[in-house]
Amino acid sequence: MLDALAQIFSLIFSVSFILTVTTASTPLLLAASGELVVERSGVLNLGIEGMMIMGAACGFAGAYMSGSTLVGALCGIVAGAALSAVFAILTLGLAVNQVAAGLALTILGVGLSGLIGAGFVGEQIVQAPRLYLPILTGLPVIGRILFGEDAFVYVSIALIIAIWLFLYRTRAGLILRAVGDNHTSAHALGYPVLRIRMLAVLFGGACAGLGGAFLSLSYTPFFIPGMTAGRGWIALALVVFASWRPGRLVIGAYLFGAVSILGLALQPLQLGVPQQLMNALPYLATVIVLVLISRTRGTAGSAAPASLGLVFVPDR
Amino acid sequence: MQLVLEKRPERSAFIAVASPLIAIVLTLVTMAILFAIMGKNPIAALVVYFIDPLTDAYSLQEIAVKATPLVMIAVGLSLCYIANIWNIGAEGQFIAGAVCGSWLAVHTNGTDAGFWVLPVMLLLGAIGGALYALIPAICRVYFGASEILTSLMLVYVADLGMDYLVRGPWRDPKGLNFPTTAEFDPVATVPTLIEGGRLHAGAIITLIVVMLATVLLGRMIMGFEIRLVGAAPRAARFSGFHADRLVLFTFAVSGALAGLAGIIEVAGPVGHLQPNISPGYGFTAIIVAFLGRLNPVGILIAGLFLALTFIGGEEAQISMKVPLDLTKVFQGILLFYVLACDSLIIYRIRLLRTIRKPVPAHA
Repeated sequence: MLDALAQIFSLIFSVSFILTVTTASTPLLLAASGELVVERSGVLNLGIEGMMIMGAACGFAGAYMSGSTLVGALCGIVAGAALSAVFAILTLGLAVNQVAAGLALTILGVGLSGLIGAGFVGEQIVQAPRLYLPILTGLPVIGRILFGEDAFVYVSIALIIAIWLFLYRTRAGLILRAVGDNHTSAHALGYPVLRIRMLAVLFGGACAGLGGAFLSLSYTPFFIPGMTAGRGWIALALVVFASWRPGRLVIGAYLFGAVSILGLALQPLQLGVPQQLMNALPYLATVIVLVLISRTRGTAGSAAPASLGLVFVPDR
Repeated sequence: MQLVLEKRPERSAFIAVASPLIAIVLTLVTMAILFAIMGKNPIAALVVYFIDPLTDAYSLQEIAVKATPLVMIAVGLSLCYIANIWNIGAEGQFIAGAVCGSWLAVHTNGTDAGFWVLPVMLLLGAIGGALYALIPAICRVYFGASEILTSLMLVYVADLGMDYLVRGPWRDPKGLNFPTTAEFDPVATVPTLIEGGRLHAGAIITLIVVMLATVLLGRMIMGFEIRLVGAAPRAARFSGFHADRLVLFTFAVSGALAGLAGIIEVAGPVGHLQPNISPGYGFTAIIVAFLGRLNPVGILIAGLFLALTFIGGEEAQISMKVPLDLTKVFQGILLFYVLACDSLIIYRIRLLRTIRKPVPAHA
């Protein structure tokens, strides 16, 4: 027993494990960052899973045909944003229930990605290149972790910092939060509630698309139908976990990233636990964390937007 | 010029009836365009998809077989959605029911257990589905956790749990290492309605469920409570209805129906427990519920239509070489149009000449 624990610990603190954690966390962080902005504007987009898988399919298709990771990533971004535009037209333009529209988006995205990706299953591309800095990357232990990741990882970190700055240090961010907290008042003050929400939703779609593209361009350099495997839903839970705050989102994403690959990492140790239980860990962890966070959170610590998920039709 | 939404003075009765039909027509047009883009003859493709399955007896039976779980699950989900409660984990409850019912079938396999096996299996399936659905309901009522996310997460857990059972303890020793249980005994199998056919007694159970749901929603106080909580939560609170109790009730009922559908599917058309017992019935049922306008009879019709898309999709895959995922695309587009059309019951779209917008107060 002790021996097994020692093995687990030595594994968790190994460089290779920490490197895998970053790759497992990055798609979650990318998608959840976008959704954080969307929800802060008062819109609940449940279609992340659909936008991510579309990003994965279109990202792979783009990279495969162009031979460039950058083009692939851009294709993923465009695909995610395009799908979110459909969502925006329905929920903002036609005042459709956001929960139902988000579900529709996921169903559509999963189907479309299968259609687009069908021709690319089994193909392979060159994995996204990792950063290499002459001396820094060669440093022991921290070199590979800090200076040896691929561009997606650095983008995800830069993105969440930018979002934090935007939300708390700019006027536009303040307006976005006002729209999310009380759309009637924001409208009365003359702010274009629907236009602001539209932009937020498109941004969220782009982020989810990028997160999906990361999966097929860097995480595994190939496309499998359904490869997002519920990551979009976990990203949604992450936003709740983070109490709609960017700082906590990073912690949450890395925590969940670690949990999600724990099963895979422990496989060689032969612990006698069914593999299926290991694979179920991220989903079980999500449920448990949601329960704990919702229970312990008073009204003070949470920044839950007051208008989240409510339909808004401006009067004139 | 700009387009704006405007609330109608009263709900449009015409669109309320016509909205599913408008949605279907719009979807067909979109699909035709999609087929044309893929280089297929749109008319021929639509005929394969929607007309051909209606022309032979085997496909007609198969449509009813597929509609059976869809309608049963969707009726349960509609109760939740009317009350603005979001159970989207029916797929997991379907699996939980299938597993719980199969437990008896696996353990009585090869014994001389009598006719009681199937009824008890169905009961176990319903109970299993209900208990599994109560997990997110309890998380919501007692801890305030979003039932949307927890119910969905539990789908993955149920799927992995079943996978473990059929690859591990329940695997058929004579099954050549395939991940499946032994074929269920005749006493553990849902009987077919036509000798040698595919249509089974589950279809009749589904019809009974539709009737019971109609009575519940139209004639009983519980049905009134469900509708009131959905339409006017504040009024419901003032009149002393408990929203929390309703969450538990609707989740339990929808879970029980999904579980029942699961065990019927396993003990009927499939005949044993195996991975991939469902082509996403639990998710398609969400579309069925909305296309049926959350009305039991409407759901029955919608279920038959969605079942047709499954069969048509399989035929199109074989004869026209289009990917099976096209069916999912079709279903997703359909749900979008249904939701959009439903919105037009309450709102109308008006074309406005641009009014000069007031300058924001602090700009």
